[in-house]
Amino acid sequence: MERIVTIDTRDLNKGCGECQTSCQSACKTSCGVANQACE
Amino acid sequence: MVHLYKFDDMNIVLDVFSGAIHLVDEVAFEIISMYEEKSKDEIKEYILDKYKDDETVTSEDLDECFENIEGLISEGKLFAPDKYEKIAKNFKMKNFTIKALCLHVAHVCNLSCAYCFASQGKYKGDRALMSYEVGKQAIDFLIANSGTHKNLDIDFFGGEPLMNFDVVKQLVAYGRQVEKENGKNIRFTLTTNGINLDADVIDFLNKEMHNVVLSLDGRKEVNDRFRVDYSGNGSYDRIVPKFQDFVEKRGDKSYYLRGTYTHHNVDFVNDIKHMLDLGFNELSMEPVVCKPEEESALTNEDLPILFKQYEDLAHLMIERNRAGKPFTFYHYMISLTGGPCIYKRVTGCGSGTEYLAVTPWGELFPCHQFVGKPEFSMGNVYDGVTNTELRDEFAKTNVYSRKECENCWAKLYCAGGCAANSFNSTGSINGVYEYGCELFRKRIECAIAVKLAEYRDSAK
Repeated sequence: MERIVTIDTRDLNKGCGECQTSCQSACKTSCGVANQACE
Repeated sequence: MVHLYKFDDMNIVLDVFSGAIHLVDEVAFEIISMYEEKSKDEIKEYILDKYKDDETVTSEDLDECFENIEGLISEGKLFAPDKYEKIAKNFKMKNFTIKALCLHVAHVCNLSCAYCFASQGKYKGDRALMSYEVGKQAIDFLIANSGTHKNLDIDFFGGEPLMNFDVVKQLVAYGRQVEKENGKNIRFTLTTNGINLDADVIDFLNKEMHNVVLSLDGRKEVNDRFRVDYSGNGSYDRIVPKFQDFVEKRGDKSYYLRGTYTHHNVDFVNDIKHMLDLGFNELSMEPVVCKPEEESALTNEDLPILFKQYEDLAHLMIERNRAGKPFTFYHYMISLTGGPCIYKRVTGCGSGTEYLAVTPWGELFPCHQFVGKPEFSMGNVYDGVTNTELRDEFAKTNVYSRKECENCWAKLYCAGGCAANSFNSTGSINGVYEYGCELFRKRIECAIAVKLAEYRDSAK
């Protein structure tokens, strides 16, 4: 039986710098690097 | 490294260095939790004994589960090795280009919020407004030092930036001119307390601002405890109708209604619900940043309450998603397939290297939270970054430069955390603000759980 379901995620193992700087979005005091989208 | 945790009826396995996420059943959850410590035979013996009354758990079935696990390991999706330390050490030192500025167009404010990290907008210095000439030079400095970056970010900040609205308008016009000439895309953003919002300002912001951050702490009694004017009058009744008018005219452009929670409203989910009741649905609430002895400071006793609040918030999001009434919460905004690359995850927000704050006088600081600390002055918009020693110190600060992060499962989500928070709590930008780490780990667990609930709902 299927006991493990792997969710589709970005493969970290697989730098352009076009993403928005996180503090410019909303996180003025608690860093939100994880909340940035790749651009 | 793997991180295993449960949320409601979900068993979640996060593979730290590949970013892979697995939803597993109880048996697989237990096997993976023991996989690195015990032999296959020991694990099988334990599982078969524990589940002896469950006819679906057989020796053959467990062999199949082990095969799946070994397959995931060989694909690099489970117990993946850490290969990123070299990247962290070299990436920021390779080239110093700038892609974002926080323009402090006003070191004045028309509110006097007691908890303000910027000391009521003055940053422990003189009241001042940025001139057009200084702002124009800052934009020229950004363009000249942006290298191959196409997307550039400029945030109007303060103090209260709308107290210098004419200069904001002039600088946006100048930015629009030079972005075309230089093949750039400037995204302007602005943070406001709302006092000076009127029809003209709203039209301008909705036309020109990529994002606007509106400051409101939630319920009237919560907001008006700290967000008061110089006569001590609360701001809620004045700003809420303006924010509602602003958002109604905003269309589908992004904004965030952003609040600060303190020791006095650790039940901050009630403030989130209040914001939703007011008609706002792009929300952010952040913990207060202040000295531990201040009355608004969060305490160790608050932590379990805050953890429960973050779980309640996740449940609220899941429920409203299912009811067709979704809302966004900034710290739960994660994209599993389109999130940040490994370079961003190990080096962080870019403060002090690719992101700088500019004071009304044109002085450069690593970010808005370092303004007012003279030892962090980095240069100015005319001469550029002259304190290269400090810049290099920020460039070398990353998730691998902090020993405390070595065994943390969340390190590729926080990139080592906020340098300003680290400095404020430990006296070093390479320190670790452990209280913030505790909250961060909880937020990421909940954010992933919300995503997985969405996944399960869509799969049904």
